[in-house]
Amino acid sequence: MTIEPRNSFRNTPDDRGHFGQFGGRFVAETLMPLVLELEREYRKAKQDPAFAAEFDDLLEHYVGRPSPLYYAPRITEELRKGAKPGPNGQKMGAQVWFKRDELNHTGAHKINNCIGQILLAIRMGKTRIIAETGAGQHGVATATVCARFGLPCVIYMGAKDVERQQPNVFRMRLLGAEVVPVTSGANTLKDAMNEALRDWVANVHDTFYIIGTAAGPHPYPELVRDFQSVIGKEARAQMLARTGRLPDLLVAAIGGGSNAIGLFHPFLDDTSVKMLGVEAAGHGLDKEHAASLAGGRPGILHGNKTFLLQDEDGQIAEAHSISAGLDYPGIGPEHAWLKEIGRVDYTSVTDTEALEGFQLLCRTEGIIPALEPSHAIAAVVKVAPTMPEDAIVLANLCGRGDKDIFTVAEALGTKL
Amino acid sequence: MTDRLSSAFAKGPALVTFITAGDGPTPAILDALVAGGADVIELGMPFTDPMADGPAIQAANLRSLGAGTRTADIFKIAKDFRAKHPTVPVVLMGYANPMVTRGAEWFAKAAADAGVDGVICVDIPPEEDDALGPQLRAAGIAPIRLATPTTDAARLPAVLDGSAGFLYYVSVAGITGLQQAAQASIEEAVARLKAATDLPVAVGFGVRTPEQAAAIARVADGVVVGSALVELVAKYGEQAPKYVQELTAALAGAVHSARKVSA
Repeated sequence: MTIEPRNSFRNTPDDRGHFGQFGGRFVAETLMPLVLELEREYRKAKQDPAFAAEFDDLLEHYVGRPSPLYYAPRITEELRKGAKPGPNGQKMGAQVWFKRDELNHTGAHKINNCIGQILLAIRMGKTRIIAETGAGQHGVATATVCARFGLPCVIYMGAKDVERQQPNVFRMRLLGAEVVPVTSGANTLKDAMNEALRDWVANVHDTFYIIGTAAGPHPYPELVRDFQSVIGKEARAQMLARTGRLPDLLVAAIGGGSNAIGLFHPFLDDTSVKMLGVEAAGHGLDKEHAASLAGGRPGILHGNKTFLLQDEDGQIAEAHSISAGLDYPGIGPEHAWLKEIGRVDYTSVTDTEALEGFQLLCRTEGIIPALEPSHAIAAVVKVAPTMPEDAIVLANLCGRGDKDIFTVAEALGTKL
Repeated sequence: MTDRLSSAFAKGPALVTFITAGDGPTPAILDALVAGGADVIELGMPFTDPMADGPAIQAANLRSLGAGTRTADIFKIAKDFRAKHPTVPVVLMGYANPMVTRGAEWFAKAAADAGVDGVICVDIPPEEDDALGPQLRAAGIAPIRLATPTTDAARLPAVLDGSAGFLYYVSVAGITGLQQAAQASIEEAVARLKAATDLPVAVGFGVRTPEQAAAIARVADGVVVGSALVELVAKYGEQAPKYVQELTAALAGAVHSARKVSA
């Protein structure tokens, strides 16, 4: 067992689930006893070698981990073409590497977390699973683990998202899940989350809520981070084994922020490693977007205190991104804290830039990425040319693009 | 300022009525509640994401926000009500974000200036009390907490610690306005709560008819009715005050009749 140094960035949250001023347990009283029970049970599971062994076994044989760490030579060369020489005339254009979490079963990082949470649910004796989903990736991953473990599954999805994500709705139904279109509010992800919370309040005795991102009431941000940290742990070991050194910069897209915190967290105490989280700037930060850190301010929603898109009265704004997985007006509380203390830098890229990143990766590496990591790629396009040739940029390819081809075709003016 | 609340409960079982601020002709509806015999007014602060509410109050929130209701309008409504009805207690009920968004101190001061007596915040449990509780207490406003069927004996002292005004017993594990709890389970729960606190215990969630209200009033200090009134506002709009007053009078008659029985 390793003991974290006292000045570590990795020993949050505190006993109350706070990351600095963020996080916490802002839920209705009906849910509080359950949230406390979940925390107690998670503490026990964390100490239980049998729990870790089952988690690791499923990740290896069911999910297909470890995912590869891939050096991307052609995109590296492409970005070097536009790089200006450095201050001392040195050649610029960092090596671009990808963590290939799009190769996981179900096509994204979401499954890592769902495996962990369903094992917790079973441990707690819960017999019914609920979840919210936006694009449907978390819904598909949840429906998948429910089928694998034989538990009934209800997925709440905004009616608008049901309409525009039909293939994923069909997948969830094939996997045996009940998909409930949510018609309250604006009919999108945050309303699906509200509806899942309403279900949970009414069914606390037998129901486990599998939250899809590193947000919500404590202990969810912590346990989702821990389950997703497999990404960063693998990447760190793989990079050391392949190059004998750590990367200089990590890049990941952020909606709620679970793939990003999963990549970043194991590196937080490596002071030489810089990190860049990429929010969705949608049509632009002065128009409709989903960049809570860039365009929001602290507030309380869905069980935690974090940065939120909101008006001066604290009413929550609708987010917009071409990527349904980033289309949420909040962000996980640990990211809010990492921004505040300055350990991680955050930027944003627009729908248009993400579409360019998407096409660039298709053409240069033969990989069709999801629109979520296309935001990370777009940030790499900007930053890699400003770094020396021997520098290493590692971006998380957190999902594959099969689900997005209709959206991309429409955006590019192609009729399928 | 909790004096108005304690007086309201001192007479015997009290009728507590909820409506959403800015949904329909709110000032006239508030007058109708008082005229009908309501003892405590809960004024709902609309929020975009009312995750503890059922369909009726969700829709009321959206209607109110759609009509352009701002936080300043709610304080104006409360202040005008206070001037007109100096003895009827007013409690603001809502979600954390609109309450803390300008700072908890700002909110507590604005509420005190408007003559508000208590605040119920659905999503600030005792564990997060420091987000709003100290500021309310400093301003002389009662932080009213919720107890639910899942609040066990081990947890109840934490819920009671720092709460004031009255204790709101949410009789069902669920959202507002849908199913009603069995009378026997309400009686058992109220007895358990009253053994643990001197605060009045009011019971709500799913209470719709005078008959239900009368049965609860025989064991509790107060009965909360919300969705049934909010549905009248949805149905009758500008004409709602008349119908609200009718239902309130029937409910108040039922609740107050229990005063003689228990006395």
